[in-house]
Amino acid sequence: MSPGPSPGRRRAPIPIVPGRCARAARILPRRTPVLGSGLFVLLVVALALAVPALPLQSPTAQSVVRRLQAPSAGHLLGTDRLGRDVLSRAVWGSRVSIAVGAAVVAISALVGTVAGLVSGYSRGLASDLVVRVVDVLQAFPALILAMAVVTALGPGLQTVVWGISLGFVPQFARVTRAAALAVRERDYVEAARAAGASTWRILVRHVLVNGIDPVIVLCTLLIPSAILTEAMLSFLGLGITEPTPTWGNMIDNGRLVLREAPWLTLFPSVALVLTVVAFNLVGDAIRDALDPRVQEMWVTG
Amino acid sequence: MRHLSRRLSQIVPTMLGALVLVFLVMRVLPGDPAISLLGTAATPEAVAVLRRELGVDRPLPAQFGAYLAGVLRLDLGQSLALRAPVTQLVTDAVPHTLLLTLGGTLVAAAIGVPLGTAAALRRGTWLDYVASTGALLGVSVPVFVWGLLLLLAFSLHWRVFPTAGAGATPAEVLRALVLPSIATGLFLAGVVSRITRASVLQMLGQDYARTARAKGLAEAAVIGRHVLRNAIIPILTVIGLNVGTLLSGAVVAETVFTRPGLGRLALEAILARDYPVIQGVVLVSSFAVLLLNLLVDLLYGVADPRVRGT
Repeated sequence: MSPGPSPGRRRAPIPIVPGRCARAARILPRRTPVLGSGLFVLLVVALALAVPALPLQSPTAQSVVRRLQAPSAGHLLGTDRLGRDVLSRAVWGSRVSIAVGAAVVAISALVGTVAGLVSGYSRGLASDLVVRVVDVLQAFPALILAMAVVTALGPGLQTVVWGISLGFVPQFARVTRAAALAVRERDYVEAARAAGASTWRILVRHVLVNGIDPVIVLCTLLIPSAILTEAMLSFLGLGITEPTPTWGNMIDNGRLVLREAPWLTLFPSVALVLTVVAFNLVGDAIRDALDPRVQEMWVTG
Repeated sequence: MRHLSRRLSQIVPTMLGALVLVFLVMRVLPGDPAISLLGTAATPEAVAVLRRELGVDRPLPAQFGAYLAGVLRLDLGQSLALRAPVTQLVTDAVPHTLLLTLGGTLVAAAIGVPLGTAAALRRGTWLDYVASTGALLGVSVPVFVWGLLLLLAFSLHWRVFPTAGAGATPAEVLRALVLPSIATGLFLAGVVSRITRASVLQMLGQDYARTARAKGLAEAAVIGRHVLRNAIIPILTVIGLNVGTLLSGAVVAETVFTRPGLGRLALEAILARDYPVIQGVVLVSSFAVLLLNLLVDLLYGVADPRVRGT
């Protein structure tokens, strides 16, 4: 009998997306910290979306008589140097962090994935060009690149998002390029090409679908990075500036009265750190669930 | 040597690309540098004279040519606000930032490697959990929060370390470097601890580790001479990949601890819209990342003789 698969034993294509979700759904809730982090992420996202409807004091209303009050029943997290309510500002700050995290990852994933796919699948000038641009962009520290962009375009939410995204694009491009290179010569890609599928169809239906895992992992791990970078920019006074509350500019504001009113620094720092920890834990868990190599190590351990 | 020259020839086009990018980003700057220097009340004649003096009245390719020729002569232009050569300002600032970056790397290695090794050797115990929680905090708490906490505790409350400056005598310099280095390095310590744990676990299962044990070596010698020696390549790789993050962290730490350096220079230049200085800082920081990565590449050869031949 000749070796090789007989037509009768050929299996139906494995449904990729449901299998992944099922695997993730099986693994994730088993770990309490991951479940807790997931719920915390949902809470922060819900707060960020719902904050205009919440019964909070105005985040920008100033009052000389109420300035630098310690936490009390009237102001649960105290007031800042201008008498503004810290609780209200901290909750409003979540809006900026979540918006920046989501927008930066969406933009850089889209641009980086398209560039990576094209350069991994095609040969020639386009491919070389993408590799060169990625090399150049990776030479810049993300924060310093964002500082330069924000300086050139002026402060504000949009420019911050563009500035941070520019530094994150290479990571997506690298990952998808590697995936595209790995599957370019596979039989099923060859078969699709022979069947007359267009290049874009092959790229999306075959190359992208088979290389999507690292992109998903990168998305979840870069959201907290984007949030931290925005916080650093705002802390330096370059990102999103007063009076719009962000965790970064609140911490910068509290820095001047660190000894007299440590709560001004403490509360936004706690909000920032908890959010980033929660996103990181969820991201790590998704990586474990999607990366069979890592998962194996975990399961056998 | 061949390895070095090949790597050097690879980074030259990247440096050129960085130069083009920096030039383009800085030319997008809204507003006329001449007007922002002289103020809106300046006469059109004065603005025209200054524009010609700054060279911003010429077409872009000519400006780029002049800029490139300057960079090759190590001339990064003239600061608009400080009226000093940018090269001078940057060379004054770079040693402070590099020292802090080095301090951060040492902190990361000193904390990350033992923590990761201990976690791998005591896998699944409370020590492993403490180490992973520590690593998670390391990567999740931003530089400025670590910085402010350290400043509050050790400079304002206990007054062990100075609150600002970089110090003048060697002893002062070291003392002023401690807290900023810890703040800068804790992020990388978390990353290093994770990778150390993973690679030590992998190396422990290798044949040579078993052989070393079988020939009667003490456990400490097996770990130190065989396991860690082999785990050092992934650790170096991770440090190399994070050089940019480390430099960004140093820039932020400089603000928190009021230290001189590239970060302070950049921030002051941004406030003054002093674009030749901003351009210089961004360019030099990208060159620093490229050269530090090259250094990490060369260290591979030191750590692992097998790399030298390739």
